[in-house]
Amino acid sequence: MTEDVLLQAGDVAKYFPLRQRGPQVRAVDGVSLTVHRGETLGLVGETGCGKSTLARCLTRLTDLSRGTIVFAGRDITRLSRHQLAPVRRDLQMIFQDPYGSLNPRRRVGSIIGDPFAIHGVAEGRDRQRRVQELMDRVGLNPEHFNRYPAEFSGGQRQRIGVARAIALRPKLIVCDEPVSALDVSIQAQVINLLDDLQDELGLAYVFISHDLSVVRHVSDRVAVMYLGQIVETAPARQLYEQPRHPYTAALLSAAPVADPDLADRRRRVLLTGDVPSPVAPPTGCRFHPRCPKAQARCTVEAPALTARESDAGTHLTACHFPVHSVDELVPR
Amino acid sequence: MSTTPLVARGERGIAGRSPFRLAMARLRRDRVAMVSAGTVLVLVLVALAAPLIAHLVGHDPSTQYRETGLTPAGLPVGPNRHFLFGTDNLGRDVFIRVVYGTRISLLVGVVSTLLAVALGVVVGVTAGYFQGATDTVLARFMDVVLSFPFLLFAIALVSVAGPSIVVSVCVIAFFSWAAVGRIVRGQTLSIREREYIAAARSLGAGDIRIMFVDVLPNLVAPVIVYTTLLIPTAIVFEATLSFLGMGVVPPTPTWGNMLSDSLQYYQVAWWFILFPGLALLITTLAFNLLGDGVRDALDPATERLFAEE
Repeated sequence: MTEDVLLQAGDVAKYFPLRQRGPQVRAVDGVSLTVHRGETLGLVGETGCGKSTLARCLTRLTDLSRGTIVFAGRDITRLSRHQLAPVRRDLQMIFQDPYGSLNPRRRVGSIIGDPFAIHGVAEGRDRQRRVQELMDRVGLNPEHFNRYPAEFSGGQRQRIGVARAIALRPKLIVCDEPVSALDVSIQAQVINLLDDLQDELGLAYVFISHDLSVVRHVSDRVAVMYLGQIVETAPARQLYEQPRHPYTAALLSAAPVADPDLADRRRRVLLTGDVPSPVAPPTGCRFHPRCPKAQARCTVEAPALTARESDAGTHLTACHFPVHSVDELVPR
Repeated sequence: MSTTPLVARGERGIAGRSPFRLAMARLRRDRVAMVSAGTVLVLVLVALAAPLIAHLVGHDPSTQYRETGLTPAGLPVGPNRHFLFGTDNLGRDVFIRVVYGTRISLLVGVVSTLLAVALGVVVGVTAGYFQGATDTVLARFMDVVLSFPFLLFAIALVSVAGPSIVVSVCVIAFFSWAAVGRIVRGQTLSIREREYIAAARSLGAGDIRIMFVDVLPNLVAPVIVYTTLLIPTAIVFEATLSFLGMGVVPPTPTWGNMLSDSLQYYQVAWWFILFPGLALLITTLAFNLLGDGVRDALDPATERLFAEE
C-alpha cells in the first residue's frame, strides 16, 4: 500500500497574517491526506473553507506555515523554487478561471509549449508538433495554435489549461475547481476529457469543487473540508450513502435533487448561523456552534479524524458523536 | 462598422489577430489620432529634410542676412517672399531656423523619452515583481526623484557640465523615468497576482522567464501610451532648458532659444515669437492627441465595445 502512495500531506497549515504581528487567518489548519497513484481524491467544501489554499500548498505554490508534503517518496516541503523545478514535471495544476489562467498576450501554441520550453524538452518544429498533438488530444483544432486565448470559448480555454498540464505526462494534477466557471454541458465535456486522460496516462487527480454531484461522479475517494480542516473522508460511494459527520450530512441534504417528488419528501438539515471566522475559530470541534448534535464535550475537545464505531479503516470522521441517520439532525 | 469578422470561420491556417493588431485597426478609425499621426509624420519628414529645405530656399540657419534680412534701422523684417516667416534680430531666416529646430526638438524628445522609458520599465518591473525590500528601496528612490526641483537641478548640472545636447537629454531622461517606473511598478504589482503567473510558476518557470514572457507583454500597452505622452513633455522640457540658456548652445537653432531671443522684439516683430511658438504648440498637441488615441485604442473597455459591434 505504501508504494502506492503518491502524495502525502501531514498536518499542513497555512496562516495569512492580517497585519504584521497581528491575528492570522487560518485558511488551512492541520490537514492530513494521502493520494494514491491513479486515483481521484475529491475535495469538497463551502466557499472560503480553504480548498484553494490547500491546493496551492499541495503544489508548493505557497510556503506552508506548518506540516510536511511528501511527493513520490520525496519530502518537498522545504525545497526552493529552483529545487522544485524538476518535481513540477510530475506535479501539475489546473486552475479555476479559464480566463485568468492563460496569458492574454500570448498565442495558444506558445502557452501550451511552455512546459516543453521551461524544462528544455523539445525545441522548434518538434515542440510545435507536440503542441499540436496535445491540442488534438484535448479536442482542440491543432490549426488554431497561433490564435490568442481571447478567441476561444470558456470550455476551449479550459482544454488549453488541460493540455498545458498534461504536456509533460505528470503523475498528479491538482484541479482547483476546473469546471466551476463553465456551463453545465461544457462541464460534462471537460470532466469526460479528464476521465479519459486518467485512463490513458494513469494520472492521479486531486479534484477540488463545491459541486457535490460533480465530485461524486469523478472521485474514488472524497474528503470534506470545513473551516480549514478535513472533517470526513471516505470512498465516494460510502460517503454519499452513509455520511457520518453532521456537516457532511447537512451538505448532502442541501444538494438539489432533480426529481421534484423526491425533493418534497426529502428531509433537509437546516444549519443555523454562519461559518465562523477563520481568524478566531471555535474551540473544540470547529463545527459545534452550528451542529444539531453538539454536546458539552464538543466545545472543549477537538475530535480526531479516525474511523468511528464499526466503520471501515478507510472511512474517517472527525466527530465525537457520528451520525447514523439524517433524522437525528432534523428537529421534530 | 468593421466589415471583417473578428474571428474568421472555416478558414484553414488563419493567423490569430493579435491584441496589437486589433488596437491598430481601432486606431485607424480614430480620425483625430490619424490627423495627429499625419502631423507627426510631417514633422519627422521636415526634420529629416531640413538641409534639403534650406537648399531649396537658399538660406542657411545661422547666416545673418544683414542686407535683405534687416530694415535700414536694423530691425527684423516681416514675412515676405524671401523670408516666409520673416527674420530675427540678427537677420536670420526664421522659417529655416524653425525647420532646423524641429530636428533638435524631435531628437531630444524621442531619445530622452526612450532612455526614460527603458530605465523606468527596468526599475518598475524589478520593484513590482520582487516586492519586499527591493521594492521599498526602488519605490522610495523614485519618490525622491519625483520630488526633486528639476530646474534647480538642471541649473546646477549645467553649470558643472556645461550646456550641450547630451546634458539636456540626460537631464530630461533623469527627471522622466521615475514617472514611468511608478506606473510600470503598479501594473506589475497587479499582473503578478494574476492566475497565469501562478500557472507559469506551477510549470516551474523561473523569475527571469516570468518577467520577460508573462509580465512584459502585458506592459506593452501602458508603456506605449506613456511613451507617446512623454515625448511632448520632453520636447517642452528641452524648449524650457534652451529658453533658459541651459540646453542646446547657440547658434544651433532650437524653438526654445528662438523664443528666448524673441522676447525683446515681440512688440515690433510678432513673427519672431509666433512661428517657433506655433511649431511647439502643434508638435506637442499632435503627440498628445496621438497618445490619447493610442490609449483609447489599447483600452480593454473599448475592446469590449468593439467585440459587441
